[in-house]
Amino acid sequence: MSAASVVLVLGDDVSTDVIYPGRYMATVLPAETPQYAFADLGVFNAKLKAGAVPAGSVVVAGKNFGCGSSREQAVSALKGHELAIVAGSFARIFLQNAINLGLRLIEAPGVTAAEGDELAIGVTEVVNLTSGRRYAVRSLPAARQAIIEAGGLIPYTRKRLLGRSAAR
Amino acid sequence: MGMTVVQKILARASGRSEVAVGDVVEPAVDLAMSHENAALVINQFQAIYEGTGLEPTLWDAARIAIVFDHRVPAESPKTATNQKRIRGFVGINGIAKFHDIRGDRGGICHQILPESGYVLPGAVVVGTDSHTTSHGALGAFAFGVGATEMASIWALGHAVNVEVPATIKVNVSGVLPPMVGPKDVILHLVGKLGAAGATFRVLEFHGDAIRAMSTSGRLTLCNMAVEAGATSGIVPADAETIRYLKEEAGVLEAVHPVVPDRDAAYERTVDVDVSALAPQIACPHTVDNVRPVSEVAGRHVDQIVIGSCTNGRLDDLAVAAGILKGRKVASTTRMLVFPASGRIYQQALEAGYVADLVRAGAVVMNAGCGPCLGVHEGALGDGEVALSTTNRNFKGRMGNPASDVYLCSPAVAAASAVTGVITDPRQEGKP
Ligand code: SF4
Repeated sequence: MSAASVVLVLGDDVSTDVIYPGRYMATVLPAETPQYAFADLGVFNAKLKAGAVPAGSVVVAGKNFGCGSSREQAVSALKGHELAIVAGSFARIFLQNAINLGLRLIEAPGVTAAEGDELAIGVTEVVNLTSGRRYAVRSLPAARQAIIEAGGLIPYTRKRLLGRSAAR
Repeated sequence: MGMTVVQKILARASGRSEVAVGDVVEPAVDLAMSHENAALVINQFQAIYEGTGLEPTLWDAARIAIVFDHRVPAESPKTATNQKRIRGFVGINGIAKFHDIRGDRGGICHQILPESGYVLPGAVVVGTDSHTTSHGALGAFAFGVGATEMASIWALGHAVNVEVPATIKVNVSGVLPPMVGPKDVILHLVGKLGAAGATFRVLEFHGDAIRAMSTSGRLTLCNMAVEAGATSGIVPADAETIRYLKEEAGVLEAVHPVVPDRDAAYERTVDVDVSALAPQIACPHTVDNVRPVSEVAGRHVDQIVIGSCTNGRLDDLAVAAGILKGRKVASTTRMLVFPASGRIYQQALEAGYVADLVRAGAVVMNAGCGPCLGVHEGALGDGEVALSTTNRNFKGRMGNPASDVYLCSPAVAAASAVTGVITDPRQEGKP
Protein backbone atom coordinates (compact mmCIF):
# COMPACT_ATOMS: atom_id res chain seq x y z
CA MET A 1 0.00 0.00 0.00
CA SER A 2 1.18 3.45 -0.87
CA ALA A 3 -0.52 6.60 0.40
CA ALA A 4 -0.91 9.62 -1.84
CA SER A 5 -2.76 12.93 -1.98
CA VAL A 6 -5.55 13.73 -4.37
CA VAL A 7 -4.61 16.85 -6.30
CA LEU A 8 -7.40 17.01 -8.87
CA VAL A 9 -10.93 15.59 -9.06
CA LEU A 10 -12.78 15.28 -12.39
CA GLY A 11 -16.07 13.75 -13.57
CA ASP A 12 -17.01 11.15 -16.19
CA ASP A 13 -15.87 11.12 -19.83
CA VAL A 14 -12.75 13.27 -19.45
CA SER A 15 -11.50 13.43 -23.04
CA THR A 16 -7.94 13.67 -24.26
CA ASP A 17 -8.90 17.16 -25.50
CA VAL A 18 -9.12 18.14 -21.82
CA ILE A 19 -5.97 16.27 -20.79
CA TYR A 20 -3.89 17.58 -23.69
CA PRO A 21 -5.64 20.14 -25.93
CA GLY A 22 -5.35 19.55 -29.68
CA ARG A 23 -3.69 22.90 -30.30
CA TYR A 24 -0.50 21.59 -28.66
CA MET A 25 -0.37 18.44 -30.75
CA ALA A 26 2.48 19.73 -32.90
CA THR A 27 4.57 19.10 -29.79
CA VAL A 28 5.23 15.38 -29.86
CA LEU A 29 8.37 14.50 -27.94
CA PRO A 30 7.57 13.01 -24.51
CA ALA A 31 10.15 15.31 -22.89
CA GLU A 32 8.31 18.41 -24.16
CA THR A 33 4.65 17.53 -23.55
CA PRO A 34 4.33 17.81 -19.72
CA GLN A 35 4.08 21.63 -19.84
CA TYR A 36 0.67 21.28 -21.58
CA ALA A 37 -0.90 18.74 -19.21
CA PHE A 38 -4.46 19.94 -18.48
CA ALA A 39 -3.53 23.19 -20.24
CA ASP A 40 -7.12 24.48 -20.16
CA LEU A 41 -7.40 23.92 -16.40
CA GLY A 42 -5.26 27.00 -15.86
CA VAL A 43 -4.77 26.84 -12.09
CA PHE A 44 -3.84 23.17 -12.02
CA ASN A 45 -1.57 23.50 -15.05
CA ALA A 46 0.22 26.42 -13.35
CA LYS A 47 0.79 24.29 -10.24
CA LEU A 48 2.20 21.47 -12.35
CA LYS A 49 4.53 23.82 -14.15
CA ALA A 50 5.67 25.40 -10.89
CA GLY A 51 6.65 21.95 -9.61
CA ALA A 52 4.09 22.32 -6.80
CA VAL A 53 2.58 18.87 -7.40
CA PRO A 54 4.76 16.11 -5.96
CA ALA A 55 5.42 12.96 -7.99
CA GLY A 56 2.97 10.21 -7.11
CA SER A 57 0.08 12.61 -6.57
CA VAL A 58 -3.31 11.33 -7.67
CA VAL A 59 -5.94 12.53 -10.12
CA VAL A 60 -9.35 11.00 -9.39
CA ALA A 61 -12.00 10.75 -12.11
CA GLY A 62 -15.19 8.93 -13.02
CA LYS A 63 -15.97 6.61 -15.89
CA ASN A 64 -14.35 6.54 -19.35
CA PHE A 65 -11.28 8.63 -18.51
CA GLY A 66 -9.18 9.41 -21.60
CA CYS A 67 -11.92 9.00 -24.18
CA GLY A 68 -11.62 10.51 -27.63
CA SER A 69 -8.45 11.08 -29.62
CA SER A 70 -5.66 8.51 -29.52
CA ARG A 71 -3.02 11.23 -28.98
CA GLU A 72 -0.25 9.74 -26.89
CA GLN A 73 0.72 13.20 -25.65
CA ALA A 74 -2.19 12.86 -23.21
CA VAL A 75 -0.26 10.06 -21.54
CA SER A 76 3.29 11.35 -21.84
CA ALA A 77 2.17 14.71 -20.40
CA LEU A 78 0.81 13.03 -17.24
CA LYS A 79 3.69 10.59 -17.06
CA GLY A 80 6.10 13.52 -17.13
CA HIS A 81 4.67 14.71 -13.80
CA GLU A 82 4.53 11.13 -12.46
CA LEU A 83 0.85 11.50 -11.66
CA ALA A 84 -1.25 8.42 -10.92
CA ILE A 85 -4.82 8.24 -12.23
CA VAL A 86 -7.52 6.55 -10.18
CA ALA A 87 -10.75 6.35 -12.19
CA GLY A 88 -13.99 4.43 -12.45
CA SER A 89 -12.92 3.16 -15.84
CA PHE A 90 -10.64 4.08 -18.74
CA ALA A 91 -11.16 4.36 -22.49
CA ARG A 92 -9.38 1.62 -24.42
CA ILE A 93 -6.70 3.50 -26.36
CA PHE A 94 -5.78 5.69 -23.38
CA LEU A 95 -5.46 2.60 -21.19
CA GLN A 96 -3.15 0.92 -23.68
CA ASN A 97 -1.08 4.04 -24.20
CA ALA A 98 -0.67 4.35 -20.44
CA ILE A 99 0.52 0.78 -20.11
CA ASN A 100 2.85 1.29 -23.07
CA LEU A 101 4.45 4.37 -21.52
CA GLY A 102 4.36 3.20 -17.90
CA LEU A 103 1.81 5.73 -16.57
CA ARG A 104 0.23 4.40 -13.39
CA LEU A 105 -3.52 3.74 -13.75
CA ILE A 106 -5.82 2.29 -11.11
CA GLU A 107 -9.34 1.25 -12.14
CA ALA A 108 -11.63 1.49 -9.13
CA PRO A 109 -15.33 1.51 -10.14
CA GLY A 110 -17.37 4.02 -8.16
CA VAL A 111 -14.35 5.79 -6.66
CA THR A 112 -15.00 9.24 -5.19
CA ALA A 113 -12.71 11.69 -3.47
CA ALA A 114 -12.26 15.38 -2.80
CA GLU A 115 -9.16 17.43 -3.40
CA GLY A 116 -6.77 17.04 -0.50
CA ASP A 117 -8.00 13.55 0.45
CA GLU A 118 -5.38 10.91 1.17
CA LEU A 119 -5.71 7.61 -0.67
CA ALA A 120 -4.06 4.32 0.19
CA ILE A 121 -3.65 2.46 -3.10
CA GLY A 122 -3.25 -1.29 -2.90
CA VAL A 123 -3.33 -4.10 -5.43
CA THR A 124 -6.91 -5.11 -4.70
CA GLU A 125 -8.32 -2.05 -3.00
CA VAL A 126 -8.20 1.75 -2.85
CA VAL A 127 -8.98 3.20 0.57
CA ASN A 128 -9.90 6.83 0.89
CA LEU A 129 -8.23 7.48 4.26
CA THR A 130 -10.02 10.80 4.61
CA SER A 131 -13.60 9.60 4.00
CA GLY A 132 -13.04 6.03 5.15
CA ARG A 133 -14.59 4.60 1.96
CA ARG A 134 -13.09 1.56 0.24
CA TYR A 135 -13.21 0.66 -3.44
CA ALA A 136 -12.30 -2.62 -5.10
CA VAL A 137 -9.62 -2.40 -7.78
CA ARG A 138 -10.23 -4.02 -11.13
CA SER A 139 -6.98 -5.43 -12.44
CA LEU A 140 -5.60 -4.24 -15.77
CA PRO A 141 -5.98 -6.62 -18.74
CA ALA A 142 -4.00 -9.81 -18.12
CA ALA A 143 -2.82 -9.80 -21.72
CA ARG A 144 -0.89 -6.60 -21.03
CA GLN A 145 0.91 -7.75 -17.89
CA ALA A 146 4.04 -8.68 -19.80
CA ILE A 147 4.33 -5.12 -21.08
CA ILE A 148 3.81 -3.66 -17.61
CA GLU A 149 6.46 -6.00 -16.22
CA ALA A 150 8.93 -5.04 -18.95
CA GLY A 151 8.49 -1.38 -17.96
CA GLY A 152 6.60 -0.36 -21.07
CA LEU A 153 6.25 -1.23 -24.71
CA ILE A 154 9.62 0.10 -25.88
CA PRO A 155 11.68 -2.22 -23.66
CA TYR A 156 9.17 -5.02 -24.30
CA THR A 157 9.45 -4.77 -28.09
CA ARG A 158 13.23 -4.41 -27.81
CA LYS A 159 13.30 -7.70 -25.92
CA ARG A 160 11.15 -9.39 -28.53
CA LEU A 161 13.40 -8.14 -31.34
CA LEU A 162 16.54 -9.30 -29.59
CA GLY A 163 14.88 -12.66 -28.95
CA ARG A 164 14.10 -12.92 -32.65
CA SER A 165 17.60 -12.05 -33.83
CA ALA A 166 19.12 -14.47 -31.28
CA ALA A 167 16.89 -17.24 -32.65
CA ARG A 168 18.19 -16.72 -36.19
CA MET B 1 -19.15 -22.43 -31.99
CA GLY B 2 -19.36 -20.06 -34.95
CA MET B 3 -17.25 -16.94 -35.27
CA THR B 4 -18.04 -13.28 -35.80
CA VAL B 5 -16.32 -11.38 -38.62
CA VAL B 6 -13.64 -10.00 -36.33
CA GLN B 7 -12.97 -13.44 -34.84
CA LYS B 8 -12.51 -14.84 -38.34
CA ILE B 9 -10.16 -12.03 -39.28
CA LEU B 10 -8.10 -12.40 -36.11
CA ALA B 11 -7.92 -16.19 -36.52
CA ARG B 12 -6.63 -15.84 -40.09
CA ALA B 13 -4.17 -13.08 -39.16
CA SER B 14 -2.73 -15.02 -36.26
CA GLY B 15 -2.48 -18.32 -38.09
CA ARG B 16 -5.14 -20.13 -36.10
CA SER B 17 -8.20 -22.05 -37.20
CA GLU B 18 -10.35 -20.35 -34.60
CA VAL B 19 -10.26 -17.86 -31.77
CA ALA B 20 -12.65 -17.21 -28.91
CA VAL B 21 -13.45 -13.99 -27.06
CA GLY B 22 -10.69 -13.22 -24.57
CA ASP B 23 -7.99 -15.22 -26.36
CA VAL B 24 -4.74 -13.32 -26.62
CA VAL B 25 -3.42 -13.18 -30.19
CA GLU B 26 -0.73 -11.38 -32.14
CA PRO B 27 -2.33 -10.64 -35.51
CA ALA B 28 -0.18 -9.82 -38.52
CA VAL B 29 -0.96 -6.30 -39.67
CA ASP B 30 -2.02 -5.71 -43.28
CA LEU B 31 -1.97 -1.91 -43.18
CA ALA B 32 -0.48 0.50 -40.64
CA MET B 33 -1.52 4.14 -41.02
CA SER B 34 -0.23 7.32 -39.41
CA HIS B 35 -0.68 11.02 -40.07
CA GLU B 36 1.47 13.88 -38.78
CA ASN B 37 1.92 11.92 -35.57
CA ALA B 38 4.30 9.73 -37.57
CA ALA B 39 6.85 12.22 -36.17
CA LEU B 40 6.32 10.64 -32.74
CA VAL B 41 6.12 7.13 -34.18
CA ILE B 42 9.54 7.62 -35.83
CA ASN B 43 10.97 8.85 -32.52
CA GLN B 44 9.61 5.83 -30.62
CA PHE B 45 10.62 3.44 -33.41
CA GLN B 46 14.21 4.62 -33.17
CA ALA B 47 14.09 4.39 -29.37
CA ILE B 48 13.19 0.69 -29.60
CA TYR B 49 16.50 -0.02 -31.34
CA GLU B 50 18.67 1.98 -28.95
CA GLY B 51 21.42 -0.14 -27.45
CA THR B 52 20.44 -3.26 -29.39
CA GLY B 53 23.16 -3.07 -32.02
CA LEU B 54 20.39 -3.66 -34.58
CA GLU B 55 19.67 -1.29 -37.45
CA PRO B 56 16.13 0.21 -37.21
CA THR B 57 14.29 -1.71 -39.95
CA LEU B 58 10.65 -1.41 -40.99
CA TRP B 59 8.99 -4.78 -41.21
CA ASP B 60 7.32 -3.92 -44.52
CA ALA B 61 7.35 -0.41 -46.00
CA ALA B 62 4.65 -1.44 -48.49
CA ARG B 63 2.17 -1.93 -45.65
CA ILE B 64 2.78 1.47 -44.08
CA ALA B 65 0.65 4.46 -45.07
CA ILE B 66 1.35 8.05 -44.04
CA VAL B 67 -1.15 10.80 -44.82
CA PHE B 68 -0.72 14.47 -43.94
CA ASP B 69 -4.11 15.82 -42.93
CA HIS B 70 -4.28 17.26 -39.44
CA ARG B 71 -2.45 20.49 -40.19
CA VAL B 72 -2.38 21.07 -43.93
CA PRO B 73 -0.93 23.29 -45.22
CA ALA B 74 1.26 23.57 -42.10
CA GLU B 75 0.04 26.20 -39.65
CA SER B 76 3.39 26.71 -37.90
CA PRO B 77 7.13 26.27 -38.38
CA LYS B 78 6.99 23.45 -35.83
CA THR B 79 4.46 21.45 -37.84
CA ALA B 80 6.27 22.20 -41.09
CA THR B 81 9.49 20.90 -39.57
CA ASN B 82 7.75 17.73 -38.32
CA GLN B 83 6.33 17.20 -41.80
CA LYS B 84 9.77 17.76 -43.32
CA ARG B 85 11.28 15.12 -41.01
CA ILE B 86 8.56 12.64 -41.91
CA ARG B 87 9.13 13.27 -45.64
CA GLY B 88 12.80 12.47 -45.09
CA PHE B 89 11.92 9.19 -43.35
CA VAL B 90 9.42 8.32 -46.07
CA GLY B 91 12.05 8.93 -48.76
CA ILE B 92 14.80 6.91 -47.10
CA ASN B 93 12.50 3.97 -46.41
CA GLY B 94 10.63 4.02 -49.70
CA ILE B 95 7.13 4.34 -48.23
CA ALA B 96 4.99 4.49 -51.37
CA LYS B 97 1.61 4.91 -49.64
CA PHE B 98 2.54 8.47 -48.69
CA HIS B 99 0.05 11.28 -49.26
CA ASP B 100 1.63 14.68 -48.99
CA ILE B 101 -0.08 18.09 -49.07
CA ARG B 102 -1.53 18.00 -52.58
CA GLY B 103 -4.74 18.97 -54.31
CA ASP B 104 -4.93 15.75 -56.30
CA ARG B 105 -4.10 12.86 -53.98
CA GLY B 106 -4.08 14.50 -50.56
CA GLY B 107 -6.83 14.53 -47.96
CA ILE B 108 -7.98 13.05 -44.67
CA CYS B 109 -6.45 9.67 -43.86
CA HIS B 110 -9.81 7.98 -43.29
CA GLN B 111 -10.91 8.96 -46.78
CA ILE B 112 -7.57 8.44 -48.54
CA LEU B 113 -7.22 4.82 -47.39
CA PRO B 114 -10.60 3.65 -48.73
CA GLU B 115 -10.57 5.68 -51.96
CA SER B 116 -7.02 4.52 -52.78
CA GLY B 117 -8.04 0.87 -52.47
CA TYR B 118 -5.65 0.27 -49.56
CA VAL B 119 -8.27 -1.42 -47.36
CA LEU B 120 -9.74 -4.79 -48.33
CA PRO B 121 -12.31 -6.97 -46.57
CA GLY B 122 -10.74 -9.28 -43.99
CA ALA B 123 -7.67 -7.08 -43.47
CA VAL B 124 -6.19 -6.05 -40.13
CA VAL B 125 -5.79 -2.28 -40.22
CA VAL B 126 -4.22 -0.22 -37.43
CA GLY B 127 -3.88 3.53 -37.32
CA THR B 128 -2.52 6.11 -34.91
CA ASP B 129 -5.89 7.78 -34.91
CA SER B 130 -8.96 6.84 -32.94
CA HIS B 131 -11.26 7.09 -35.97
CA THR B 132 -9.38 4.25 -37.67
CA THR B 133 -12.61 2.38 -36.85
CA SER B 134 -13.89 3.95 -40.11
CA HIS B 135 -12.25 1.26 -42.24
CA GLY B 136 -14.55 -1.39 -40.82
CA ALA B 137 -16.96 -0.02 -43.44
CA LEU B 138 -15.08 -2.20 -45.95
CA GLY B 139 -15.29 -5.33 -43.82
CA ALA B 140 -11.80 -4.99 -42.31
CA PHE B 141 -10.90 -5.14 -38.61
CA ALA B 142 -9.59 -1.63 -38.05
CA PHE B 143 -8.66 -0.06 -34.74
CA GLY B 144 -6.78 2.88 -33.30
CA VAL B 145 -3.49 2.59 -31.45
CA GLY B 146 -1.05 5.03 -29.85
CA ALA B 147 2.23 6.11 -31.40
CA THR B 148 4.40 3.76 -29.33
CA GLU B 149 2.21 0.80 -30.24
CA MET B 150 2.59 1.78 -33.89
CA ALA B 151 6.37 1.94 -33.48
CA SER B 152 6.26 -1.60 -32.10
CA ILE B 153 4.17 -2.72 -35.11
CA TRP B 154 6.61 -1.04 -37.52
CA ALA B 155 9.36 -3.16 -35.93
CA LEU B 156 7.53 -6.47 -35.44
CA GLY B 157 4.84 -6.53 -38.15
CA HIS B 158 2.15 -7.59 -35.75
CA ALA B 159 0.23 -6.12 -32.85
CA VAL B 160 1.27 -7.54 -29.48
CA ASN B 161 -1.05 -9.09 -26.92
CA VAL B 162 -4.40 -8.33 -28.52
CA GLU B 163 -7.38 -9.70 -26.64
CA VAL B 164 -10.09 -10.98 -28.99
CA PRO B 165 -12.97 -8.56 -28.35
CA ALA B 166 -16.60 -9.50 -27.83
CA THR B 167 -18.99 -8.37 -30.56
CA ILE B 168 -22.29 -6.54 -30.26
CA LYS B 169 -24.61 -7.16 -33.20
CA VAL B 170 -26.38 -4.01 -34.34
CA ASN B 171 -29.43 -4.69 -36.49
CA VAL B 172 -30.49 -1.62 -38.44
CA SER B 173 -33.84 -2.10 -40.15
CA GLY B 174 -36.26 0.03 -42.12
CA VAL B 175 -35.98 2.69 -44.81
CA LEU B 176 -34.42 6.04 -43.92
CA PRO B 177 -36.97 8.88 -44.19
CA PRO B 178 -36.19 11.97 -46.31
CA MET B 179 -33.56 14.29 -44.75
CA VAL B 180 -32.46 11.51 -42.38
CA GLY B 181 -29.17 9.73 -43.09
CA PRO B 182 -26.36 7.57 -41.76
CA LYS B 183 -25.14 10.36 -39.43
CA ASP B 184 -28.52 10.39 -37.70
CA VAL B 185 -28.36 6.61 -37.30
CA ILE B 186 -24.95 6.65 -35.63
CA LEU B 187 -25.75 9.67 -33.44
CA HIS B 188 -28.89 7.87 -32.29
CA LEU B 189 -26.91 4.69 -31.61
CA VAL B 190 -24.15 6.48 -29.66
CA GLY B 191 -26.84 8.18 -27.58
CA LYS B 192 -28.44 4.81 -26.92
CA LEU B 193 -25.21 2.97 -26.03
CA GLY B 194 -23.51 5.83 -24.17
CA ALA B 195 -19.94 7.10 -24.54
CA ALA B 196 -18.49 3.97 -22.92
CA GLY B 197 -21.29 1.56 -23.83
CA ALA B 198 -19.20 -0.49 -26.24
CA THR B 199 -15.73 -0.20 -24.68
CA PHE B 200 -13.55 -3.22 -25.62
CA ARG B 201 -16.36 -4.39 -27.93
CA VAL B 202 -16.83 -4.46 -31.70
CA LEU B 203 -20.05 -3.19 -33.28
CA GLU B 204 -21.00 -5.47 -36.19
CA PHE B 205 -23.66 -3.86 -38.39
CA HIS B 206 -26.43 -5.82 -40.05
CA GLY B 207 -29.95 -5.29 -41.38
CA ASP B 208 -31.69 -4.12 -44.55
CA ALA B 209 -30.87 -0.45 -43.86
CA ILE B 210 -27.16 -1.31 -43.86
CA ARG B 211 -27.42 -3.42 -47.02
CA ALA B 212 -29.12 -0.49 -48.75
CA MET B 213 -26.48 1.99 -47.53
CA SER B 214 -23.60 3.23 -49.68
CA THR B 215 -20.00 2.72 -48.61
CA SER B 216 -19.89 6.44 -47.86
CA GLY B 217 -22.69 6.04 -45.32
CA ARG B 218 -21.06 2.95 -43.82
CA LEU B 219 -17.85 4.95 -43.36
CA THR B 220 -19.85 7.52 -41.38
CA LEU B 221 -21.28 4.76 -39.16
CA CYS B 222 -17.99 2.97 -38.48
CA ASN B 223 -16.15 6.28 -38.05
CA MET B 224 -18.22 7.10 -34.99
CA ALA B 225 -18.29 3.58 -33.49
CA VAL B 226 -15.40 4.78 -31.31
CA GLU B 227 -17.68 7.47 -29.83
CA ALA B 228 -19.47 4.62 -28.04
CA GLY B 229 -16.04 3.43 -26.88
CA ALA B 230 -15.93 0.55 -29.41
CA THR B 231 -12.62 -0.97 -30.47
CA SER B 232 -14.04 -1.05 -33.97
CA GLY B 233 -17.17 -0.97 -36.08
CA ILE B 234 -17.55 -3.39 -38.96
CA VAL B 235 -19.95 -3.88 -41.85
CA PRO B 236 -19.50 -7.39 -43.27
CA ALA B 237 -18.50 -6.93 -46.90
CA ASP B 238 -21.12 -7.47 -49.60
CA ALA B 239 -21.90 -6.58 -53.22
CA GLU B 240 -21.75 -2.85 -52.43
CA THR B 241 -18.28 -3.25 -50.92
CA ILE B 242 -17.08 -5.01 -54.05
CA ARG B 243 -18.71 -2.36 -56.25
CA TYR B 244 -17.03 0.45 -54.29
CA LEU B 245 -13.60 -1.15 -54.34
CA LYS B 246 -13.73 -1.95 -58.09
CA GLU B 247 -15.51 1.15 -59.38
CA GLU B 248 -14.40 3.89 -57.00
CA ALA B 249 -11.17 2.65 -55.44
CA GLY B 250 -9.63 1.07 -58.52
CA VAL B 251 -8.96 -2.32 -56.94
CA LEU B 252 -8.01 -4.84 -59.62
CA GLU B 253 -7.44 -7.96 -57.57
CA ALA B 254 -10.21 -10.33 -56.49
CA VAL B 255 -12.11 -9.18 -53.38
CA HIS B 256 -13.18 -11.82 -50.87
CA PRO B 257 -15.83 -10.79 -48.35
CA VAL B 258 -15.56 -12.25 -44.84
CA VAL B 259 -18.96 -12.91 -43.33
CA PRO B 260 -19.93 -14.11 -39.87
CA ASP B 261 -20.98 -17.72 -39.23
CA ARG B 262 -24.72 -18.23 -38.84
CA ASP B 263 -24.20 -19.38 -35.27
CA ALA B 264 -21.68 -16.68 -34.37
CA ALA B 265 -21.83 -15.78 -30.68
CA TYR B 266 -22.68 -12.14 -30.01
CA GLU B 267 -22.53 -10.63 -26.59
CA ARG B 268 -25.88 -9.00 -27.28
CA THR B 269 -28.00 -7.61 -30.07
CA VAL B 270 -29.14 -4.01 -30.39
CA ASP B 271 -32.05 -3.27 -32.72
CA VAL B 272 -32.51 0.09 -34.39
CA ASP B 273 -35.53 0.76 -36.62
CA VAL B 274 -34.85 3.83 -38.71
CA SER B 275 -38.26 4.17 -40.41
CA ALA B 276 -39.44 6.81 -37.96
CA LEU B 277 -36.04 8.26 -37.04
CA ALA B 278 -35.91 12.06 -36.79
CA PRO B 279 -32.78 14.12 -37.54
CA GLN B 280 -30.49 13.85 -34.50
CA ILE B 281 -28.11 16.26 -32.79
CA ALA B 282 -25.40 15.75 -30.15
CA CYS B 283 -25.38 18.63 -27.67
CA PRO B 284 -22.35 19.98 -25.77
CA HIS B 285 -20.05 18.59 -24.40
CA THR B 286 -20.34 14.85 -25.00
CA VAL B 287 -21.10 12.90 -28.16
CA ASP B 288 -23.67 10.73 -26.37
CA ASN B 289 -25.76 13.76 -25.34
CA VAL B 290 -28.07 13.11 -28.30
CA ARG B 291 -31.61 14.39 -28.93
CA PRO B 292 -33.92 14.91 -31.88
CA VAL B 293 -33.01 18.22 -33.56
CA SER B 294 -36.49 19.60 -32.88
CA GLU B 295 -35.66 19.80 -29.15
CA VAL B 296 -32.97 22.44 -29.68
CA ALA B 297 -34.32 24.02 -32.87
CA GLY B 298 -34.15 27.82 -32.89
CA ARG B 299 -30.85 28.14 -31.07
CA HIS B 300 -28.53 30.71 -32.68
CA VAL B 301 -25.44 29.35 -34.45
CA ASP B 302 -22.28 31.37 -35.09
CA GLN B 303 -20.45 28.88 -37.27
CA ILE B 304 -21.63 26.01 -39.44
CA VAL B 305 -19.02 23.42 -40.37
CA ILE B 306 -19.48 20.75 -43.05
CA GLY B 307 -16.69 18.28 -43.72
CA SER B 308 -14.29 15.87 -41.97
CA CYS B 309 -13.76 12.13 -42.17
CA THR B 310 -17.31 11.73 -40.89
CA ASN B 311 -19.27 13.81 -43.41
CA GLY B 312 -16.97 15.38 -45.99
CA ARG B 313 -17.69 13.03 -48.88
CA LEU B 314 -19.36 13.78 -52.21
CA ASP B 315 -22.85 12.71 -51.12
CA ASP B 316 -22.56 14.96 -48.05
CA LEU B 317 -21.56 17.93 -50.18
CA ALA B 318 -24.39 17.11 -52.60
CA VAL B 319 -26.94 17.30 -49.77
CA ALA B 320 -25.52 20.64 -48.60
CA ALA B 321 -25.37 22.09 -52.12
CA GLY B 322 -28.90 20.88 -52.81
CA ILE B 323 -30.22 22.85 -49.85
CA LEU B 324 -28.07 25.96 -50.42
CA LYS B 325 -28.25 26.26 -54.20
CA GLY B 326 -29.73 29.64 -55.12
CA ARG B 327 -30.00 30.70 -51.46
CA LYS B 328 -27.79 32.52 -48.98
CA VAL B 329 -26.07 31.64 -45.74
CA ALA B 330 -27.79 33.80 -43.07
CA SER B 331 -25.92 37.04 -42.41
CA THR B 332 -25.78 36.19 -38.69
CA THR B 333 -23.74 33.05 -39.21
CA ARG B 334 -20.69 31.89 -41.20
CA MET B 335 -20.22 28.62 -42.98
CA LEU B 336 -17.06 26.56 -43.55
CA VAL B 337 -16.91 23.53 -45.85
CA PHE B 338 -13.90 21.22 -46.08
CA PRO B 339 -14.05 18.18 -48.37
CA ALA B 340 -12.52 14.93 -47.09
CA SER B 341 -10.06 14.56 -49.97
CA GLY B 342 -8.64 16.31 -52.99
CA ARG B 343 -10.43 13.81 -55.20
CA ILE B 344 -13.77 14.67 -53.60
CA TYR B 345 -12.95 18.36 -53.99
CA GLN B 346 -12.48 17.85 -57.73
CA GLN B 347 -15.66 15.81 -58.05
CA ALA B 348 -17.57 18.51 -56.17
CA LEU B 349 -16.12 21.13 -58.53
CA GLU B 350 -17.19 19.14 -61.57
CA ALA B 351 -20.68 18.55 -60.16
CA GLY B 352 -21.08 22.27 -59.48
CA TYR B 353 -21.44 21.83 -55.70
CA VAL B 354 -18.49 24.05 -54.88
CA ALA B 355 -19.98 26.88 -56.97
CA ASP B 356 -23.39 26.45 -55.31
CA LEU B 357 -21.84 26.59 -51.86
CA VAL B 358 -19.52 29.52 -52.57
CA ARG B 359 -22.32 31.53 -54.20
CA ALA B 360 -24.43 30.93 -51.11
CA GLY B 361 -21.67 32.46 -48.99
CA ALA B 362 -19.85 29.37 -47.68
CA VAL B 363 -16.07 29.35 -47.46
CA VAL B 364 -14.81 26.17 -49.15
CA MET B 365 -11.47 25.23 -47.60
CA ASN B 366 -8.84 22.74 -48.69
CA ALA B 367 -9.23 19.03 -48.00
CA GLY B 368 -7.86 18.07 -44.57
CA CYS B 369 -8.90 18.06 -40.93
CA GLY B 370 -9.23 21.83 -40.79
CA PRO B 371 -11.58 23.12 -38.10
CA CYS B 372 -12.45 19.61 -36.83
CA LEU B 373 -9.68 19.58 -34.24
CA GLY B 374 -9.41 23.30 -33.75
CA VAL B 375 -5.70 23.83 -34.18
CA HIS B 376 -5.52 25.27 -37.58
CA GLU B 377 -8.33 27.35 -38.92
CA GLY B 378 -11.92 28.17 -38.10
CA ALA B 379 -11.44 28.84 -34.39
CA LEU B 380 -14.48 29.88 -32.35
CA GLY B 381 -14.77 32.98 -30.17
CA ASP B 382 -15.60 32.86 -26.47
CA GLY B 383 -19.23 31.91 -25.94
CA GLU B 384 -19.77 31.09 -29.62
CA VAL B 385 -21.81 28.15 -30.88
CA ALA B 386 -20.79 25.83 -33.71
CA LEU B 387 -22.97 23.33 -35.54
CA SER B 388 -20.76 20.77 -37.20
CA THR B 389 -20.91 17.54 -39.18
CA THR B 390 -17.70 16.34 -37.47
CA ASN B 391 -17.62 13.63 -34.83
CA ARG B 392 -16.58 15.19 -31.50
CA ASN B 393 -17.90 18.00 -29.35
CA PHE B 394 -15.74 17.66 -26.24
CA LYS B 395 -14.91 20.85 -24.39
CA GLY B 396 -12.13 22.53 -26.33
CA ARG B 397 -12.38 20.18 -29.31
CA MET B 398 -12.66 23.00 -31.83
CA GLY B 399 -9.92 24.94 -30.11
CA ASN B 400 -11.83 27.03 -27.58
CA PRO B 401 -12.99 25.50 -24.28
CA ALA B 402 -15.31 28.49 -23.85
CA SER B 403 -17.38 27.56 -26.92
CA ASP B 404 -20.18 25.06 -27.60
CA VAL B 405 -20.19 22.47 -30.38
CA TYR B 406 -23.26 20.62 -31.63
CA LEU B 407 -22.93 17.65 -33.99
CA CYS B 408 -25.36 16.86 -36.80
CA SER B 409 -25.82 15.65 -40.38
CA PRO B 410 -25.03 17.69 -43.51
CA ALA B 411 -28.78 18.22 -44.05
CA VAL B 412 -29.26 19.76 -40.60
CA ALA B 413 -26.11 21.86 -41.00
CA ALA B 414 -27.12 23.21 -44.42
CA ALA B 415 -30.71 23.93 -43.40
CA SER B 416 -29.40 25.76 -40.33
CA ALA B 417 -26.97 27.77 -42.47
CA VAL B 418 -29.92 29.28 -44.33
CA THR B 419 -31.76 30.30 -41.16
CA GLY B 420 -28.82 31.01 -38.84
CA VAL B 421 -30.46 28.93 -36.11
CA ILE B 422 -30.57 25.18 -35.48
CA THR B 423 -33.17 23.96 -37.95
CA ASP B 424 -34.89 20.67 -38.66
CA PRO B 425 -34.29 20.16 -42.40
CA ARG B 426 -37.77 18.68 -42.75
CA GLN B 427 -39.23 22.01 -41.58
CA GLU B 428 -36.85 24.30 -43.42
CA GLY B 429 -38.50 26.40 -46.09
CA LYS B 430 -41.96 25.90 -44.60
CA PRO B 431 -43.70 29.04 -43.34
S1 SF4 C 1 -11.30 15.09 -39.71
FE1 SF4 C 1 -11.30 15.31 -37.49
S2 SF4 C 1 -11.91 13.32 -36.66
FE2 SF4 C 1 -11.31 13.04 -38.83
S3 SF4 C 1 -9.16 12.44 -38.73
FE3 SF4 C 1 -9.23 14.65 -38.98
S4 SF4 C 1 -9.16 15.48 -36.89
FE4 SF4 C 1 -9.69 13.32 -36.74
